[in-house]
Amino acid sequence: MEKLLEQLALALKEVTGYIYPNEIELHWGLLIVIYPYITGLVAGAFILASLVKVFNVKEVAPTYRLSLLTALAFLLCAPLPLLAHLGHPERSFEIFLTPHFSSAMAMFGFVYAWYLLVVLLLEIWFEYRKSFVIWSRTEKGLKKILYYIFTLGSMDISDEAVEFDHKAAKFITVIGIPSAFLLHGYVGFIFGSVKANPWWSSVLMPIVFLFSAMVSGIALVLFLYYIITLIRGEKIDMKCMDKLASYLLYAMILDFSLEALDFIHRVYESEESIKILSKLLFSKLFVSLLIIQVLLGTLIPMGLIAWTKIIKLPSELRRVIYFISAFLVQVGIFTTRWNVVIGGQLFSKSLKGLMTYKVELMGTEGLLVGIFLLLLPFIILYILLKLLPPWKEEAEPVKESKEAHV
Amino acid sequence: MERREFLKKILKWIFILIGGGLVLRLLSVIRRKPAPIGSIYENYDPTEHYYAMGIDIEKCIGCGRCAAACKIENNVPKEPYFFRTWVERYIITVDGETFVDSPNGGIDGFPPLGSEKEILRSFFVPKLCNHCDNPPCVQVCPVGATYKTIDGVILVDSKYCIGCRYCIQACPYGARFLHPKTRTAEKCTFCYHRITKGLKPACVEVCPTQARIFGEVKPRNNPLARFVRMHKIRVLKPSLNTEPKVYYANLDKEVT
Repeated sequence: MEKLLEQLALALKEVTGYIYPNEIELHWGLLIVIYPYITGLVAGAFILASLVKVFNVKEVAPTYRLSLLTALAFLLCAPLPLLAHLGHPERSFEIFLTPHFSSAMAMFGFVYAWYLLVVLLLEIWFEYRKSFVIWSRTEKGLKKILYYIFTLGSMDISDEAVEFDHKAAKFITVIGIPSAFLLHGYVGFIFGSVKANPWWSSVLMPIVFLFSAMVSGIALVLFLYYIITLIRGEKIDMKCMDKLASYLLYAMILDFSLEALDFIHRVYESEESIKILSKLLFSKLFVSLLIIQVLLGTLIPMGLIAWTKIIKLPSELRRVIYFISAFLVQVGIFTTRWNVVIGGQLFSKSLKGLMTYKVELMGTEGLLVGIFLLLLPFIILYILLKLLPPWKEEAEPVKESKEAHV
Repeated sequence: MERREFLKKILKWIFILIGGGLVLRLLSVIRRKPAPIGSIYENYDPTEHYYAMGIDIEKCIGCGRCAAACKIENNVPKEPYFFRTWVERYIITVDGETFVDSPNGGIDGFPPLGSEKEILRSFFVPKLCNHCDNPPCVQVCPVGATYKTIDGVILVDSKYCIGCRYCIQACPYGARFLHPKTRTAEKCTFCYHRITKGLKPACVEVCPTQARIFGEVKPRNNPLARFVRMHKIRVLKPSLNTEPKVYYANLDKEVT
């Protein structure tokens, strides 16, 4: 508590104009920036996976399993920042037991459980079931037992059974697309429905969240695919990369148009809050919004990818451009979340003053915890990739036939 | 083999017992019912009341006694970042600029006017939770820890609040804060512990000029009903449709 009071004393000195006295403490900090960032990656990666299954985009098939595992790794981490920021984490289960149905936040439990259990785990299970069965026969030791458990006792890998798996996975993906929309649209709604806050309150918020989710998800899978393929020493499938980059560009164009629409709409309507919001934009958010989010995170990667579409470049250069773009996009989307969450709390609801926010290093809501929460999904993904290698299946039938010959 | 069967059976029954117990426990938690009203209130019938407050800007002298009394009465942390009620000073200059301040919520009074500019008007605005009839804070609470009582007061159950701070974000008036010790949301209760005993809220009790009037919305023979009849009333941020129940008389357009 002493530390909090010290921080508040410092924050009080930074206030410009008038703010309500209770507003000195910024309530949703770094962790609540990370939460929509992570769920956005989940939704985006899943939608990319659905391109393969539902829309039959063959080129991006090499990333299908990787996308699913990425979505799972990040989804497993999604509740952690929320939990860590609660005043009483030990009471968090009340959201599940006694949800208050008029609260957007109370839906978290249901949306999350639905998405994790019904959509993602089930789809991964159907996708990997055949591999599980094969691996449970070929692997040894603990892994063998583990894969056996993963099969859930369903050992039939006849053509009919595998065909059913494919159908089931496709069906789940069809359900999964609206679910992914729900997952991230709902996060946008949490902010967009706060009428007290003119920076958040916008009907476009869930939609902007969705498209930025797609942007970040596609960029992340592209990024991971590139790195993992390099590490494995395999040849990069340039058709896949080109297609991913195209989808990234389309999603970015949509996302940017929506955000531009939101911006123009605000300026044109010029409501009561416009003065303080423009002050906010040109002082506190100048670097994070105009420079990082718009210029570095959107315009430059958009321009770079568009450049590869207009002029034929050698594939080595193209993939480096894609890689750089994907990285910039990640930085851009993270600052997008920052600008929404933190930006919405840097001006007073009296519309007469601005506050500041400084991330502390230590503490449950500090920088170190934030970095840990951002790294954790990658660690989980590493384990998932070791356990459920997305690229291994193709090799299996050959191995089996060899065994058959012996 | 028989022994094995027997052990299996025992194991099965243990699972059934534990599983069944968990289900029952879950059901009892889900279906827990609120206590009957009579057991919460003694000798007080909340259905007979519907509380609200009136504030006359012309009468407020900015002494800050209300904010000080509130902190003492309700154990509000004394640091200048946590207030259930506070007083704002508005200074409007001739050239139309508005300056607002509320140093320590007005508890220690206000510094002399530093401005060189010619002043058009200056006045004080006491602020507190508006106990909205359509409260956004209650709407967003994920567990229902903040609620509207039968007699129209917005309260927080600090034993139930999970500290997510969504209600603080949803309040357009900055009337809520997170208590640094209990880590739960806090706000004005209209001194619920006093008013249910027939007393006035602490801030109303100590106001030397009767700028704050506490009472009820409906019965005509009560101070607030009279106040509302005798003055032209404005509420804060009416466009947000929160339907505040703190009624201001003689409020200026600059006040937000």
